[in-house]
Amino acid sequence: MFAYIIKRILSLIPVLFVVSVVIFSIIHITPGDPAAIILGQEATQEQIESLSEQLGLNEPIIEQYTNWVMGALTGDLGTSYFMRETVEEAIINHLGPTLSLAIFAEIFALIIAIPIGIIAAYRRGSWLDQSLMGISLLGMAVPSFILGLLLMLFVGVQLQWLPIGGYAPLSDGLFTHLKFLILPAISLGAIQAALVARMTRASMLEVLNSNYIKTARAKGVVERRVILKHAFRNAFLPILTVIGQSFGTLIVGAVVTETIFNIPGIGQLIINSVERRDYPVIQGVVLIVTFIYVFINLIVDLLYGVIDPRVRLDKK
Amino acid sequence: MTNPLLEVKNLRTHFHTERGRVTAVDDVSFSIAPGEIVGVVGESGCGKSVTSQSIMRLFDEKRLVEYEGDILFNNESILHMPQKRMQKIRGNDMSMIFQDPISSLNPVYTVGDQIAETIRLHQKVTKKQAHQKAVEMLRLTGIPAPEKRVNEFPHQLSGGMQQRVMIAMALSCQPSLLIADEPTTALDVTIQAQILDLIRDLNKDMGMAVMFITHDLGVVSELCSKVIVMYLGEIVEITDTESLFTNPLHPYTKGLIQSIPQLDGDRKDSLPVIEGTVPSLDQVPNACRFSTRCPFADELCKQEHPVLEHDRDEKHVRCWHYKKIG
Repeated sequence: MFAYIIKRILSLIPVLFVVSVVIFSIIHITPGDPAAIILGQEATQEQIESLSEQLGLNEPIIEQYTNWVMGALTGDLGTSYFMRETVEEAIINHLGPTLSLAIFAEIFALIIAIPIGIIAAYRRGSWLDQSLMGISLLGMAVPSFILGLLLMLFVGVQLQWLPIGGYAPLSDGLFTHLKFLILPAISLGAIQAALVARMTRASMLEVLNSNYIKTARAKGVVERRVILKHAFRNAFLPILTVIGQSFGTLIVGAVVTETIFNIPGIGQLIINSVERRDYPVIQGVVLIVTFIYVFINLIVDLLYGVIDPRVRLDKK
Repeated sequence: MTNPLLEVKNLRTHFHTERGRVTAVDDVSFSIAPGEIVGVVGESGCGKSVTSQSIMRLFDEKRLVEYEGDILFNNESILHMPQKRMQKIRGNDMSMIFQDPISSLNPVYTVGDQIAETIRLHQKVTKKQAHQKAVEMLRLTGIPAPEKRVNEFPHQLSGGMQQRVMIAMALSCQPSLLIADEPTTALDVTIQAQILDLIRDLNKDMGMAVMFITHDLGVVSELCSKVIVMYLGEIVEITDTESLFTNPLHPYTKGLIQSIPQLDGDRKDSLPVIEGTVPSLDQVPNACRFSTRCPFADELCKQEHPVLEHDRDEKHVRCWHYKKIG
């Protein structure tokens, strides 16, 4: 088990290498000169030249890349061109809201989606199944920003139950923290919920047709227990895969939601940085997001073993 | 004759399918005495498994099936009783083992947990006692080192051991009837023999009746005292094992017996086969169902549906001409 984790972490290296090369190339191919943007429209050509020199932008691109990687390896991702803080500080300051939002959205999605999926599978073909699946199709079709705006309009503006935007850190108290997160989490988690509900239904249907379910019934197990104990644990594996993958997309998808609800998370950080051509911040954020994504998938892979003994890696 | 343990009376099982209602088991009646081993044979799709699962009432009654007729178990009508009461019988007085043991065991729980679950469903025992009982049951079925095996998962066992686990699970509450749905088909020949021996021994020691579904006539001759032959959802012959081989009455049964390879047979002769294939269930002939494939079929067979005739000495046969061709 331990060796496996080490192996998985080592396999991160090529992934991060490729990601870093790609992101570095894309940024530098994109037109727009950071020095010109920093200095504004009034700046002279000489001023721009000297700032470019100072930022190291005139060096060959390979050298720029090597410098950045060497820094990153020692934990130094560079300094933002605009904000008076290092990239690490910027990321740490913005990661909290995004993680809070993503986790909250995922919890919301799972609490809704899994029971819906199970009920739909159990009552397959009924009007209940059909309407639940209809709603979930709608949930997948509506983009999160539209849902977000609708929620803002009805719950925030008309009913005035919840704030329409902004963010309060956890240190302001859990209740205040959640009050700001509910609407963004719903709008971000809705697609997720729809996806997981459909996956749960499909997976449950497959498992409910299997022979060991017949065995469980033949043993005299009551239907409720057949569904929850015998079927669900088996049906959960593919659901877990979807959860793992989608949690990564939640962090990325949070970009849009954060913009709409004005949450100072990673999404806002990266949008601002792209607009300002703040190279070190863009590179740093993408690297960290990649890392989180791979890390979550590692956790999912380890959870497989917990749920299904057939994929357990070490024999007792 | 003693009171039968199980009495199936005019059982019909209809399935609701996309192509309409299909009757997979049509007017099936038979009985099983306490301690008796009854074989049910027939080709794939003849309704053997559907009959057994109808007795256990394992089908989805809300959406999929509709039953007609009656089934008496210990003189109690079980076919229409509420599922809640049926759950107390299943796994307790009447239990079942299936064809493919690896897919019939839940992969995410240890075999001990699965056996103990059955015990705890039907008996008031503590978790520890149930676990202890599970070990005993595994030992009874001849699994070596049961104390160790009890904590293993199904995929860690061989096919033969998995089927032993299934048997241990089915027998853990001392049922009076075991329904075995082709329990040896997925196993290789030596393991098959061991499992048959085990079932025979348990039948003797525990006095439980067995309904043994198979398409292997060799297994029937070894194990069963009475045989039910099914074709296309109907019973075509009920006979004792001895006469099944020496004096089969129905042309279909004759065909089955003739198609067994003989060790001393002439190797140049090709093996006799029953011509044609089983018609699909929605194209059941409105006459003798075997008439499309029967070498003896005449006009009568193609127009009128024969009834299951009660011959002398406990034999039943569904054929217009069995006396003539016998």
